[in-house]
Amino acid sequence: MIKIENVHKHFGGFRAVDGASLEIKEGSITGLIGPNGAGKTTLFNVIAGVLPPTSGVIKMAQTDITGLPPHELFAQGVLRTFQIAHEFGSMTVLENLMMVPGGQTGESLWNTWFHRKRIAQEEAELKERALDVLKFLTIDHLAEEKAGNLSGGQKKLLELGRTMMVDAKVVFLDEVGAGVNRTLLNTIADAIIRLNRERGYTFCIIEHDMDFISRLCDPVIVMAEGRVLAQGTAEEIKRNEQVIEAYLGTGIKNQKADGVNV
Amino acid sequence: MDLLNALVVLANFVIIPGIAYGSTLALGALGITLIYGILRFSNFAHGDTMAFGGMFAVLGTWWLQSKGISIAPLPTALLVIPFAIVLMILFLLFCDRTIYRYYRKVKASPIILVMASLGITFIMNGLVRFIIGPGERRFADGTRFLISARDFKAMTGLNEGLAIRLSQVITFVAAIIIVAALFWFLNKTRTGKSMRAFSDNEDLALLSGINPEKVVTIVWVLVAILATVSGTLYGLDKTYKPFTYFMLLLPMFAAAIVGGLGNPVGAIAGGFVIAFSEIFVTYAFKKFFGYILPKDMLPSGIIQIISTDYKFAVSFTILVLVLLFRPTGIFKGQSI
Ligand SMILES: Nc1ncnc2c1ncn2[C@@H]1O[C@H](COP(=O)(O)OP(=O)(O)OP(=O)(O)O)[C@@H](O)[C@H]1O
Ligand SMILES: [Mg+2]
Repeated sequence: MIKIENVHKHFGGFRAVDGASLEIKEGSITGLIGPNGAGKTTLFNVIAGVLPPTSGVIKMAQTDITGLPPHELFAQGVLRTFQIAHEFGSMTVLENLMMVPGGQTGESLWNTWFHRKRIAQEEAELKERALDVLKFLTIDHLAEEKAGNLSGGQKKLLELGRTMMVDAKVVFLDEVGAGVNRTLLNTIADAIIRLNRERGYTFCIIEHDMDFISRLCDPVIVMAEGRVLAQGTAEEIKRNEQVIEAYLGTGIKNQKADGVNV
Repeated sequence: MDLLNALVVLANFVIIPGIAYGSTLALGALGITLIYGILRFSNFAHGDTMAFGGMFAVLGTWWLQSKGISIAPLPTALLVIPFAIVLMILFLLFCDRTIYRYYRKVKASPIILVMASLGITFIMNGLVRFIIGPGERRFADGTRFLISARDFKAMTGLNEGLAIRLSQVITFVAAIIIVAALFWFLNKTRTGKSMRAFSDNEDLALLSGINPEKVVTIVWVLVAILATVSGTLYGLDKTYKPFTYFMLLLPMFAAAIVGGLGNPVGAIAGGFVIAFSEIFVTYAFKKFFGYILPKDMLPSGIIQIISTDYKFAVSFTILVLVLLFRPTGIFKGQSI
């Protein structure tokens, strides 16, 4: 679905992404893990059109999408969330979600005046969908709250909610689980699985929580120092010597030796 | 009776001019604040944008006057404003496409955009002087006074007169209509909301599928409307003189900053704060106090805090005080 070919992103002389090549298969939930500063978020930013790559190509189903601006990628069904949650602080949670499908009829001034009825109907449908999403994420009681007042975890849920407002093709989640408590984390994991199975979303997930990754992701790709270090199922990755050394640490190995299932 | 006279003096020389001037500044500051909130730079060309819009209106009015078309008792200029707005929209979009768009594309820092706007100021300035000349241009017609001082005296039997010019009333009414329409637009329509979203968090707006070029286009449309209306009405109330618009830049920026840059409610409040401070501080209160103080207590001077020559110092002082003590303005700035 998405193919990343030898992408580089340099900041001055610093190589944040240094020749990363990977593929995200259609219908998969691909995990992307790696130590802090490995270049995962930078790679997301390059894919999402926020940062232009220094070099390299990003393809979606054979077509070159390198450097397309974010709103055009959005129109093609490529969505992402932010590691540091973003929200429209001065709007309510409900309005935040209703903002998402950017290319609505109401977008044009002309239509605002001359197709009032159609717009009213669209707004009603949109609101219903937004409320469903909020219920799904168990934050429907916050619908009228200003998004700026949400807690960090709630903002993360709102981020995920945004991706559910449209029919996305591929969604890039940057640490949706960080700062979210265990029960909510399960809710998020369930939501991801359901979106994947029922609505055919392809996911690429950055996450540091290995339990979360093992539960959801196949394959798992490990990045380190701007490059892909290893790729395989979660079990293979946990056993990979290089990965243990660069990222997971020996804790995992010891646990395995003790027969504890991580 | 004396108290009434005193109040009439105050209304005539401070309150009514303050409301009209405040309306002009509010509309101007709104334009500045919209650009700051969404395009994220301080548009130094706003004063000259008003002059440019006003120029279209003056030329159109002259043309209609020469054809004998009028809508008396209302000024003919009102008829021309919509057409002037359309021309202004085209002109501003032309400036945007040829100049600002490039800097947006290369993600230039705000200061570069400010410098570009300064360049555009000079170009507009030159064009206006070339087309219509630097002098005063009269284009007002229709009824001048809604209430003249003499009628007012005759009506009330007071010593003091209260004059209300039609152009002052039009300015105020136009400001109310435009502000109401703008707020309806920003808060109720989807396009308006996407503009607020863009102002609030650009990254997120882009990733929510909002097309930035569309938002930018609408900003310029709104700015064209605000600048043309305020430019024309200001010219109608005083006379049209290109340089005065450049001089408005300081009070308008002060208004936008006092209110909180990027905040439309703040821009309006700021406009009136600046207008009233300026008029209050430069008004000679001798007559006013003449009515309410006993003769022997009346000071001999004209009781003016500072001379009108220094009226721009007022905006400047308020600006400095706000930046020192409350840099975000009365209302929190930075987002619509
Ligand atoms: N705009 C930038 N300018 C300069 N350096 C940057 C910029 N963005 C990221 N970097 C650097 O690039 C490297 C990779 O950062 P990145 O955010 O992609 O890491 P990450 O893999 O997402 O880490 P984490 O797990 O902590 O989120 C870091 O060393 C960071 O300092
Ligand atoms: Mg990161």
